[in-house]
Amino acid sequence: MGRYVIRRLLQMVPVFFGATLLIFLMVNVMGDPIAGLCGERQCDPATAAQLRKEFGLDKPLWQQYATYMGNVFTGDFGTAFNGQEVTELMGEAFPVTIRLTLVAIVFEIVIGIALGVVTGLRRGRPVDSGVLLLTLVVISVPTFVTGLLLQLLLGYKWDIIDPSVSTDARLDELIVPGLVLASVSLAYVTRLTRTSIAENSRADYVRTAKAKGLPRGRVIRKHLLRNSLIPVVTFIGTDVGALMGGAIVTERIFNIHGVGYQLYQGILRQNTQTVVGFVSVLVIVFLVANLLVDLLYAVLDPRIRYA
Amino acid sequence: MRGATHAKWAACAIAVALTAAACGGGSDSGGSGADGIVSSSWGDPQNPLEPANTNEVQGGKVLAMIFRGLKQYDPKTGEAKDMLAESIETKDSVNFTVTVRPGWKFSNGEAVTARSFVDAWNYGAHLKNNQRNAYFFGYIDGYEKVHPEKGQPSAQTLSGLKVTGDRTFTVKLSQKFSTWPDTLGYAAFAPLPRAFFDDHDAWLAKPVGNGPYLVDSYARGSQMSLRRWDGYNGPDKAQNGGIDLKVYTDNNTAYTDLIAGNLDLVDDVPASQLKNVKADLGDRYINTPAGIIQTLAFPYYDKQWNTADGAKVRTGLSMAINRKQITDTIFQQTRTPAKDWTSPVLGEEGGFDPTLCGKACEYDPAEAKRLIAEGGGLPGGRVTLTYNADTGSHKDWVDAVCNSIKNALGNDRACVGNPVGTFADFRNQIIQSKMPGPFRAGWQMDYPLIQNFLQPLYYTNASSNDGKWSNKKFDDLVDKANAEADPAAAVAAFKEAEKVVRDEMAAIPLWYQNGSAGYSERVSNVALNPFSVPVYEEIKVN
Repeated sequence: MGRYVIRRLLQMVPVFFGATLLIFLMVNVMGDPIAGLCGERQCDPATAAQLRKEFGLDKPLWQQYATYMGNVFTGDFGTAFNGQEVTELMGEAFPVTIRLTLVAIVFEIVIGIALGVVTGLRRGRPVDSGVLLLTLVVISVPTFVTGLLLQLLLGYKWDIIDPSVSTDARLDELIVPGLVLASVSLAYVTRLTRTSIAENSRADYVRTAKAKGLPRGRVIRKHLLRNSLIPVVTFIGTDVGALMGGAIVTERIFNIHGVGYQLYQGILRQNTQTVVGFVSVLVIVFLVANLLVDLLYAVLDPRIRYA
Repeated sequence: MRGATHAKWAACAIAVALTAAACGGGSDSGGSGADGIVSSSWGDPQNPLEPANTNEVQGGKVLAMIFRGLKQYDPKTGEAKDMLAESIETKDSVNFTVTVRPGWKFSNGEAVTARSFVDAWNYGAHLKNNQRNAYFFGYIDGYEKVHPEKGQPSAQTLSGLKVTGDRTFTVKLSQKFSTWPDTLGYAAFAPLPRAFFDDHDAWLAKPVGNGPYLVDSYARGSQMSLRRWDGYNGPDKAQNGGIDLKVYTDNNTAYTDLIAGNLDLVDDVPASQLKNVKADLGDRYINTPAGIIQTLAFPYYDKQWNTADGAKVRTGLSMAINRKQITDTIFQQTRTPAKDWTSPVLGEEGGFDPTLCGKACEYDPAEAKRLIAEGGGLPGGRVTLTYNADTGSHKDWVDAVCNSIKNALGNDRACVGNPVGTFADFRNQIIQSKMPGPFRAGWQMDYPLIQNFLQPLYYTNASSNDGKWSNKKFDDLVDKANAEADPAAAVAAFKEAEKVVRDEMAAIPLWYQNGSAGYSERVSNVALNPFSVPVYEEIKVN
């Protein structure tokens, strides 16, 4: 187990470097960011040169990347164009997005799995068809439509929530945005759980458990659910990273100053330091989430062993 | 026990996730609502907040609240009036003697003296300080020494600036510029306290100025709380307790917050809401002209666009654009079809002339077709209009302009839009002279002078002459205008120069942009100044 974890951690290193290098190249391909810094007019050449020097943009690309990565390991993610340290931006943005992601994940787990179990056990009944139809609607409607609609209805027409989230981004304010963010994944979790449960409910071990006379609740929880959750856990695990990075739309709609917003600003302003910094952290989150998922397998199914 | 070990791992994972969430960053929850505080939408300033480093409207808003300079532009007329200046005298339009009014203070108690200005200007001009607006000091003698085009500065201070007394200093310009004092209302010319130089980082974290407001708290990227400074004794004291500027990720959200009653003022009504705004806000919607003009510039570095008969093609294109229809339908009358190359906010005395462009800016498909054919047709058979697609809903109007041109010329291939992903990349391609055809150009005035609408945009090698247009006659007329001691004569000369721009159709004027704002029932007396920034100090809380 320990060796497995170490091997996985070592595997992360090349993935991390590869991913950051790609992002670095992509942002640089977009051209000279200094061009946009002076508004509609051209920066005078001397100031532009000076700014380029300040942000290290005057060096060859490989050197920029090397310097950047070198700095990253000392905890220096560089400076955004507005003079703020990127680490400072991260300190503000990540807690907010993590909270939002957690709310979304909780919705996915609680609602998604519950609906999945209910429909999986009642295949073909009206409740199953109803939920399937509902998930189809949720999957096919883009997030920004759901978000804007909920914002307008709950925030303005019925006045249940504030249309925008305050700077604090308290948990209760994040419920609706979290639901919006989770919506599509939630539908997938429901469908995955349903299929998995439906399949396993005919399995031998479930029949055996029933035959032993175990109570129905215990059969479902201990035997059926535990074995059916493996694909769902995989999905939710990889979704953690996807939700954090994909919060751009939701964060914009609900005025949440999180990772999505900072990334959006960074891309608009072509701010390499911000974009690469945030993406690097997201890459790590993604990798760690994947590792945790793999480790969770063993908890769910003791037959799975790591060498 | 294998199972137990696994369970422990899982528990750890969850614990890590929870702690991460628990270490949430909380900041103050900005007290809007009570005791006369106005909440207003804001965008994250792009550059550090320093007077000579702020070149966009979001940072400019703050500077307008916390700073007062030698001159102040009248919020209604745009006229440059003395604020801190007791007098600015000149005999030859080159040497100016400035006297600062006594009794002004920064909000940290320090007095505003001649030195506060000279130090600030020297800071703004010096290359090593990376100030985006350094070129504002370019007219002052010695600028090329502190801010050379290449290499290191050979002087620390501008030789044209001299402190001659506690409240007086002299300025020597490098050329005649009779209306120079009127430029001094621009934020870049604001005075700076010693604290700025002594502890720069602390100042940036919480700027200190000499205006009607002081910065109470500043959480970068999310909110700035400004409060009325009771020590302020200028003529334009704040009528409210303070302003909370809240950063919005999207102006649509700000608008929704406004109509839901959570926000008092939105100074940028999103284009998509213009249809509803009158129904939503009624009289609380403001739509007033601002010193902004949108044009189509041409790549004169491209031989195809720089032909002897090119002016005919360009004028033809101008006449093929149905400005009225586009401003009515796409912009819901928040823009006014352009009739010259300046802005109505200048007033006719300041050089605005609604007859100057004349027929060349009127929609006339037949004449457009004739002129373009006479001028040798469109280069390559079609025009490619380049714009940045990330902000400002440019796609809508570029498509409309293209359709207008196609219809007028009766040619379905005559025009195509060419979106560029980000503003930075768009600017990048412009600077590298890579435009394949006409491109979007917008100009927001720095100060309400006709000079500012012409010289930076059309003078040979000027800072914003992106199309690299060059015309000797125009340059001479601008030089002549700047040398005129009498402002009226200067304006007249600039108008002559503008006629050269018209005859050559150096750029196609499209429309003047209005500032649009909306406010809640809580506040009143809301207005936008000619820079389309709300006049915050006059807002009253009901």
